Amino acid sequence: MRRGVCITGIGTVSGLGLGVGPLWEGLCAPRSALAPVTLFDASGFASRLGAQIEDLNVREHVPKSYRKSTKVMARDSAIAVVAARLAVLDAGLRTRGSEDGEDGFEITPGRTGAHIGAGLIAAETDELSRALATSVGEDGAFSLKSWGTADETADARGAMNNLPPLWMLKYLPNMLACHVTIVHGAEGPSNTITCSDASALLCLGESARVIERGGADVCFSGGAESKLNYMGTLRLELAGRLAATGDEADGSSVVRPYDPGSGGSLIGEGGGILILEESAHAEARGARVYAQVAGFGAAMSPDPVGATFGDAPACDEGLADAVEAALRDAGVRPDQIDAIVPAALGAPGLDRAEAGALRRVFGDALAATPLVTISPSVGSCAAGQGGLQAAVGAECLRRQMLPARIHAGAPAPGLDAGACDVRDAELSHVLVCTGALGGQNAALVLRRAGG
Amino acid sequence: MSTRRVVITGMGWETPLGADLEGVWSKLLAGTSAIGPVTRYDAASFATNFAAEVRGFDLASSLGERAGAHRHAGVSTKFALAAARRAWDQAGMEGVDPRRVGIYMGAGEGSLDFENFAAANIAGWDAQTQTVDGRAWAGVAHERMTREREVEQEPHMTVTHLAQEFGCRGPAYNCMTACAAGAQSVGEASEIIRRGDADAMLAGGAHSMIHPLGMTGFIRLTAMSTRRDDPLTASRPFDATRDGFVMGEGAGVLVIEELEHALARGATPVAEIAGYGSSADAFRITDIQPDGKGAAAAMRQALAQAGIDPEKPDAKGRSPVQYVNAHGTGTQENDKIETAAVKLAFGDMAGKLLFGSVKSMLGHLIQAAGAVELIVCVKSIQTGVVPPTLNLKNPDPNCDLDHIAGGARDLNAAGGVDVCLSNSFGFGGQNDAVCVRRYEP
Repeated sequence: MRRGVCITGIGTVSGLGLGVGPLWEGLCAPRSALAPVTLFDASGFASRLGAQIEDLNVREHVPKSYRKSTKVMARDSAIAVVAARLAVLDAGLRTRGSEDGEDGFEITPGRTGAHIGAGLIAAETDELSRALATSVGEDGAFSLKSWGTADETADARGAMNNLPPLWMLKYLPNMLACHVTIVHGAEGPSNTITCSDASALLCLGESARVIERGGADVCFSGGAESKLNYMGTLRLELAGRLAATGDEADGSSVVRPYDPGSGGSLIGEGGGILILEESAHAEARGARVYAQVAGFGAAMSPDPVGATFGDAPACDEGLADAVEAALRDAGVRPDQIDAIVPAALGAPGLDRAEAGALRRVFGDALAATPLVTISPSVGSCAAGQGGLQAAVGAECLRRQMLPARIHAGAPAPGLDAGACDVRDAELSHVLVCTGALGGQNAALVLRRAGG
Repeated sequence: MSTRRVVITGMGWETPLGADLEGVWSKLLAGTSAIGPVTRYDAASFATNFAAEVRGFDLASSLGERAGAHRHAGVSTKFALAAARRAWDQAGMEGVDPRRVGIYMGAGEGSLDFENFAAANIAGWDAQTQTVDGRAWAGVAHERMTREREVEQEPHMTVTHLAQEFGCRGPAYNCMTACAAGAQSVGEASEIIRRGDADAMLAGGAHSMIHPLGMTGFIRLTAMSTRRDDPLTASRPFDATRDGFVMGEGAGVLVIEELEHALARGATPVAEIAGYGSSADAFRITDIQPDGKGAAAAMRQALAQAGIDPEKPDAKGRSPVQYVNAHGTGTQENDKIETAAVKLAFGDMAGKLLFGSVKSMLGHLIQAAGAVELIVCVKSIQTGVVPPTLNLKNPDPNCDLDHIAGGARDLNAAGGVDVCLSNSFGFGGQNDAVCVRRYEP
């Protein structure tokens, strides 16, 4: 019999706040964090609304001895570190990074893994520009001649020394997992998956596999990212995903999942780190179980929009393949899925392809399956989104409730995705799934604890 | 438990010593250095102005007319496409159910759009306020940066291109665990096959950081050799005079496959992926655990999965692993600690195995290193010969294993090479080890 895997802790960081409590309450209110961006000067972009994290004070979430290291953390790493700590506390675990005197079950370092999805972290423009601007030639353009430090070259002025020595270490994508493993002493199997929007769900799947095959008993799993910066915004804009916001101040009316007239998606920042744990291990320590990880599937799309720059297909076949693989893995039929937490980004082409994939799997029954759409509240958090989606899916199962939905327009016919209030629901299985810019897809089937 | 075995049926690489499997192998055995001046950009002022570049690369020579479909791809993606094409053809993969073929790469950080990026940053910089003017930044960015070029720099794009080229529709992943990614991708891909989530995977790594910001980052970390007067001997793993690694670039891609699947379609297993181990140092962001226990844990995991007791001689009375392909970067810290880790993992057997680094010749291919070095291990098994560690003239007393100084080692008289272990460790404390074994039915 294969080792079971369950979710025993959740740490989320998003525009709705720190922790799964504020996330759930925000979704149920319902409240949107999409507002004018102030983290950087977005005035040069057509898309100027985003879901920012307020009060992300990472120093308060690490042991005193690690505070110095927060100086070399990019924002993406800080989000992951905060989320990981919240997850540890939520799970009732104790590590060397959770507070002194904290109750909880002490982890075994070598049996604790970390799989944390990340994006390509954008170098802080202030820091880099300040250095680059000290190496400009007569034509006003950046000059490599004065950038280096080789003393036998006449022009070398060593301008690169205006970057801090550890500059690069701040921006390696694996620094999210690096900081989390160091803070908590997680010495088991570890990975950093970088498949844009699919990163976190792919990580959750990989952690589940590692635990199932006996490689670890506990894993930090999920993803985090912030694209609320110059390069992140520019690339998503060039990829054709972002809504032009004009002078609009309320993003919740811009992002309208599955509405053919939706203006596009808006950027959020954040992520979710979940504690995945071997079921018997969780049971033995009396852990509270949010949900079981019943199945996982991954697949590649044949014609990803991010590669062809063409129109999105009517059905994202790769996403449908991933969902079917997850259902098979869980041993459940489509009609046993009681709710779905899809990407639902609000970008019309992608939403249509996603709905097409779900329709391929669920047929007409899709119209009666509630879709939990979080992007009108938290935006699109790239590598962090799957962590938030999975957290919400697990919380739905634990509470036996579905959160409210914001929708300022009308979703395409045949989809249960319009505006509604929070409601009770009898949920046995929830599907969490997403495609990605590059065509990588992942799907997770969560089962009610004890079910 | 079912025991699905995983074998390698195709291998391809694109390296600073060339692309031909046998050609590069001969050069490695002969002790050939690929290191020379940086030609990708004007590196005259850089403390490290040399690297192991892939020279004369042309994607069309591997893909023919199909190369045009990937014209916007970054250089490391193109390396991956070329390497994968050779692996795919060797494995004879045409006609295999695409939904059962996945991809797991350690790629990303391709061709940085540095000039345009620098231009936007300089245009945006307001020296008075010491801040970036967003309107000025975006103005230059919108004028100079293109959709194709920018989206191509997203780290999943190598996988996307491979899927487009070979039609793979199975599980698709990209990981970025720095210098460990090439080994990690093959290891994780082997687990996906073992579990039955795919029958075959394209797996490996591709990377090029030979661009101004990549080289700057490592220079600022003082991780690279600055032996400007003698680049050919600058990469000196295990030597007392080593002063850092030398940057390389390239790709290594393997087709790995479930054994019965391979046999049923008439493919030839060239070696078996016998075990994989992964661990985190969880120590410090800049340093390795000084006793090497993180690295040793990864090695021991890989060997345990392979059913090998590292401290017991094999049936021929030899070390149970004949060749450990070292991470062996040529930094003071890595080589010393990796040596300690091998002793920790193998006990008395450490002194009886060969423990060398091909980075002395190829440079450090970063995310591609682990996959390329796995192919080196397979070639050692196939030929019974192990490549040397070049430039090892003044042994470091802390590096006191048999590091294969003074030329390639022919082990055929002693029973050949049956089992190898390839080590790959990344900045940030990621440790991966993959064990490959001669294929026996």
